[in-house]
Amino acid sequence: MSGAGSEWIDEEAGPIVRSYALTRGRARPATGETFDMITIVSTEARPRSGSPGLGPEHLDILEMCLQPQPVAEIAGRMRLPLVVVRVLLGDLLHHRLIAVTRPQPESTLSKERLLREVLHGLQAL
Amino acid sequence: MASKPSDPAAAPAPAAAPVAVKILIAGGFGVGKTTLVGAVSEIRPLQTEELLTDQGVDVDDTAGVEQKTTTTVAMDFGRITIRDGLVLYLFGTPGQDRFWFMWDELSYGALGAVVLADTRRLPDCFPAVDYFESRGLPFVVAVNRFDDGYDYTPEEIREALDLGEAIPVLLCDVRERTSGKEVLTTLVRHVLAVHRTEDQGVPAL
Repeated sequence: MSGAGSEWIDEEAGPIVRSYALTRGRARPATGETFDMITIVSTEARPRSGSPGLGPEHLDILEMCLQPQPVAEIAGRMRLPLVVVRVLLGDLLHHRLIAVTRPQPESTLSKERLLREVLHGLQAL
Repeated sequence: MASKPSDPAAAPAPAAAPVAVKILIAGGFGVGKTTLVGAVSEIRPLQTEELLTDQGVDVDDTAGVEQKTTTTVAMDFGRITIRDGLVLYLFGTPGQDRFWFMWDELSYGALGAVVLADTRRLPDCFPAVDYFESRGLPFVVAVNRFDDGYDYTPEEIREALDLGEAIPVLLCDVRERTSGKEVLTTLVRHVLAVHRTEDQGVPAL
């Protein structure tokens, strides 16, 4: 990974410029959390009025994650690139407004059970 | 969505976080990955994007397009709710070779993968087969039957791809939900079989 400040976007990037404006130029989350695509995000708290540094997109994510959502689905529904959504999520985590549930490395026994459940679920489609 | 005035009121009662699992749908460009995801997903496939910036320099063959340093890559994904609290996500991997760097993240924690193949352009799926073999991620090969494609038998495909006997090869029509469902159940059965083999102490690939 290269250091901060190495990502520069020119006009050819089109609407991506706007995405970077959303993150105020940051390419990585402020926290150490990496936000796997299927990490589940749930809203923990509402921000106080006029919380500095939180824009409408942050609030949209909080609204969306009242029903816990995986990172990829947030990106898809927000129509924003993952890298941008991760930065926004980092802000929210920093403000302790969200909780994250990372994908669990399962034990052998629970993996068998998980696979069986998935199989039965698919067969019932 | 318009932002509501922020409400300093009490925290909402958080719903329990569901368990999410994922399956990858890989294969060459235009082989029908999006169609397959759409046929079985309960939501219309959403697209998420990853930004390709300097991270792509080492892996991106930019010969002829050297001036292009920034692009986005779209990944389709769909959702199947298995039960309350357990959700299966399907990720269609980017078809172009130059997005390989994303596959490590995509495949991390995945249950398994479907490699979609088109008999008119069989070599397009070689990279995906190689990748999953090298990662030891269980996969099946699903041959999408195009109207103007020659119908090879699964055995002919297996031979052409030099696949071991254990790896399921099946024909499918990705436009059909039942066919897509068969592909996914075949994969999960295969993952279960691989899992049991590993459990008995036979080393994984």
